[in-house]
Parts: sequence; C-alpha cells; structure tokens
Amino acid sequence: MKDPNTESREILGVEDVSVSLSGRRVLDDVSFTIRSGEFTGLIGSNGAGKTTLLRAILGLQRLSAGSVRVLGQSRSRRNRSIGYVPQKVLLDPDIPIRARDLVALGLDGHRFGMPVRSKRRTEAVNEILHAVDAESFADARVGLLSGGEQQRVLIAHALISRPTLLLLDEPLANLDLGSSEEIVELLARITAEQDVAVLLSAHELNPLLPVMDRIVYLAEGRAASGTADEVIRKDVLSALYGHHVDVLRVHGRIFVVTGAKGADDGLAYESAVG
Amino acid sequence: MRPLLSWIFEPGFFSSDPVHVAFVIGGAAAVVSAIVGVFTVLRGQSFAGHALADVSTAGGSGAVLIGINPLLGFVGFGIIGAGVMDGIGVQRVRGRDLATGIVLGASIGLAALFLYLDTTSGGTTGATQQILFGSIFTIDPATIPVVIVFSLISIGIIATVYRPLLLSSVSNEIAAARGVSLRLVGLLFMVALAVAVGLSALTIGAILSTALLIGPAATALRVTKRLWSAFLVACVLGVGCTWIGVLLAYDSYYWGSSHLGVPVSFLVVALIFVLYLASGLPIFRTRRRTSATQKFSGEPLRARSQSLIDSTEDPRG
Repeated sequence: MKDPNTESREILGVEDVSVSLSGRRVLDDVSFTIRSGEFTGLIGSNGAGKTTLLRAILGLQRLSAGSVRVLGQSRSRRNRSIGYVPQKVLLDPDIPIRARDLVALGLDGHRFGMPVRSKRRTEAVNEILHAVDAESFADARVGLLSGGEQQRVLIAHALISRPTLLLLDEPLANLDLGSSEEIVELLARITAEQDVAVLLSAHELNPLLPVMDRIVYLAEGRAASGTADEVIRKDVLSALYGHHVDVLRVHGRIFVVTGAKGADDGLAYESAVG
Repeated sequence: MRPLLSWIFEPGFFSSDPVHVAFVIGGAAAVVSAIVGVFTVLRGQSFAGHALADVSTAGGSGAVLIGINPLLGFVGFGIIGAGVMDGIGVQRVRGRDLATGIVLGASIGLAALFLYLDTTSGGTTGATQQILFGSIFTIDPATIPVVIVFSLISIGIIATVYRPLLLSSVSNEIAAARGVSLRLVGLLFMVALAVAVGLSALTIGAILSTALLIGPAATALRVTKRLWSAFLVACVLGVGCTWIGVLLAYDSYYWGSSHLGVPVSFLVVALIFVLYLASGLPIFRTRRRTSATQKFSGEPLRARSQSLIDSTEDPRG
C-alpha cells in the first residue's frame, strides 16, 4: 500500500462516463482516477453497474457519454496495458489444459499462429506462477482446481503480460473466507511487487478494508470515490443512493444499511453492503 | 505367419486400387477430422458440426444432380452453411441452438429434394446411398489431389488461429478483453469445420460424418492430460478406425459364401463407438487431481462457518 498523497502517475482516468443498456441508464456521470501502485475497491451491490464499468474501461462497452483514459492510450493499445480477470469464468474440467498452459496464453494468446516454446516463455510462466503461489498445482488441469486456485491461475494469466492496470470482476464471489483472504493478501502483495494498479469489484467491503487505498462506491449508477473514511459516510452515501442511508461500524467492520425506497412497503432495510 | 497374414489381409488387398484410394482419402479425412474435432468438442460445437453435415448432404446430392464431384458439393455448401450459421449468431449461446436448428432443417429439406431428383430424373440410382452413407471404394482417384488441398486448407486455418481459438475456447470474455476478434476467429473455425465435415462426408457418408469428427476427439480428450497428446491420440484413433474399417469391409466380402460384404461406413462408425465406450473404463480415467493440489482443498471448517456470518447477502440478488 502506498500513501495516496505521494506523487504518482495517473494510470486510469474515468471522466463523466455514462452508459445506457437498452434504454436503462446503468452508469450515470461516473468519474474517478486511479494512480500507479494503488489498490482500489469497486464496491456496490449486484446490479449497481460494476461489470458494465469494468467493460467500459476495457473498451468492450460503448459509452453514451464521457471518456476513459488508460495512460492516454487508444483502445487497441489499451488491451496490452490492462490485465483482466472476468467474473465467473467456468473452466471446463474436460479441457486438457494445465494451469501453466493457461498462464502462457496470457503472454501471446491474442496472436495468430501456434505457440512457440522458448526458454524465455517458460521462465516468464514460472516466475509469475511463483509470484501468485501457484507452483504446486501448475501441472494440474485448470478445470479440476478449487475456486481459489483457479483465481490464482487467472490472476497469473492476467499479470504475465506485465499490465499497468489489473481489473478483477468479483474475484471473491463464491470463495470461502479462507481462500478469499488469501486472494486479497496476494493482490495487495502483487500491487507492490509487480508495480501494478488494482481495481477490484466486490459487493462486500469488509474483506478489502485492510488493503484498499481507495474506494469507488457505485449505487444507482452513480459513483463516489476517495478513501474509505471519505466515502463510507452517512451523508456521502445518502446523497449517492438518493435516500437515507445508515453506516454502522461494529468491531472494526463497516455495514452500509440502505432503507427501502418506498418506505411504506413495510421493509425496514432493503440491503446491507457490509 | 503367412497363413495368418493372408487370413487378415484377404487376397488382393494390397494390390487393389480402390483400397489405395480409400486409404489415402480416409486417412486424410480422419486426420483433419481429429484435429478440428478436438476444438469442436472443446468449444461445445458438436451440434453445429452435425448441422454442417446436413448442409453437406444437400451439397453432395446437388453436386450429383449437376454432375460434378460430390466433394465440391459437400465442402462448397458446408462453407456457405458456416457463413449462414455465423450470420444467425452461432457464436452466442442462445444463437447457437437457433442457427443450428434452422440451418439443419432447411438443408435436410433441400437434400430431400435433390436426392428425389437424383433418383428419379438422373441415371444415378445409387446417389442416396453414396451421399448419405458413403462409398469409399468407388471414389475416383482423381479426387485425391482435391482432398489433399482441402485438408491443407482446414489444418492451415486451425494452425493460423490456434492461440486465439484456444483462448476463446477457454473463455470468450478473457479473449475479447485481450483484443481477440471472436467473430473472425469463430468464423474461420466454422470454415475449417465445414471442410473437415465435407472430407468426412466423402469418407463415411454425409449423415455419418459427425461420427468421425466427434468420436476420436471425444475419446482422446477423455484419456489424455495434455492438449497436444489429445490431438495425437485423436489422429491415431481416427486413422486407425478408418483403415481397419476399410480392411474389414474388404475382407467381409470373403466372409460366408454369399459375398455380400459389410459397408465400410458401418464398420468405421462401429469401431469409433466401441472405442469411445472403452475410454470410459476405469483404467483410462485421467480426471484425477495431482497429489500436490490437495494442499488447498482441505479448507478448515472454522472458515466455512464464519463466512456464513460474514455474508450480508443483498436481497436484490
């Protein structure tokens, strides 16, 4: 983790981005920046627009308004500077591909032709497998690995091309607490070691609290960003949701309790993003 | 030794020209089908392969009608069919069923018309049997160079798009994020598939061509651990089944006294099917984890019970 106040270069600039999907406004005037070496949590409940925002950054989603800058690069060059771990990748247990084969595809999978085995390629794969602690299952079929192990392999796949920005879409979903903690620790370590900025989406905020430098909080298609103390506040989140929101702090953990929009329907609490 | 050999290889087997042609064409078709077939199984496009087989049926029977080489009809129609299926959206999960169903139905209808015309108006009464179920012993030797060219085209396409094809077979999302054009890769693969199906149709018949495409590949994927060995095993199985089928069909003429023989296509497909069943036997199972991977799988119970308390599920889902 780095002190957010030290001088560092801008990696990602999201400026007034709006996205409409079949008439529905999914993202509404979203702006934030990410600087080098920062670990940023993209927090929001399901359907808040997290995946759409990540796809917009990747250039896979057309913007209705606004712009996305990645080191000031155009869309085609952007692919090489962003590593991406998509949500819910289903790795088929019947595919005879070892973990190290999938990682190697991160190096040259987008190029035409057959893979050429070289010493440099093997070394790069071994190095990144070591960095994510995946050496012990490097030769197993990816589809047969556990959820946490598969996440490590996918992170290695995304990192091997040495991106400056690593996007992860809900990497902690479907992981038990132990694996989830391991992945968070790993990502925090990698942010420093590999000099890569991390933007990770999650619907739970507490597992990320110890490692997050900044938060981008998404609700109702709008975003608030800053440090956890700046963003996770009653006034900021109430403005974001457009109705009253409570923030509870219990034993060092934070719970965001959003009241139901139609309070007269009898539901006291609609959701809690903890 | 000599009586045994002459019992396995009935008289004249090695000097028979139709056998030579069958070996070359069957071998080439089996290799192409095996390589393309492995990707077809990985991408879950077996049904698309079958739809292309039906397109080939229409193409082959149309070719007989106008008096050209059936292979040109098989492959020509197959490529057009691949384009139509891509246009309908075979790469998307939902579009896949739709594209396959529509193209499959339309082409069987067309095949019904062409085969009717073949058998009623033309002098080619054997066309139905030849197109649907194949007759590898009656192929004109002049077809061999065409088969070689088509084989090289199909394998060439696979070699060209190998890496992005493999990446998109693992995950379309990851491939798209890396800047792979899923549309281009998917379309090129469909063309390679159409050519493979056409070659297979020539060997064992259009209706049965999916068997040579899917069978050896599916069997190989069951018993191998690495992708390159899956390609190798699929090729060996495909070529082996085809050649042994040819041999048995030749020999079967001498079985009994009636001299009726057994069709090659039946024998090839039967061998492929038996091998696939055999690959499910416990001794061939490779789907076990290496011992090293056990390290992470034993999650402590404590962690699991605590995560239940932790999860503040969003009711909006």
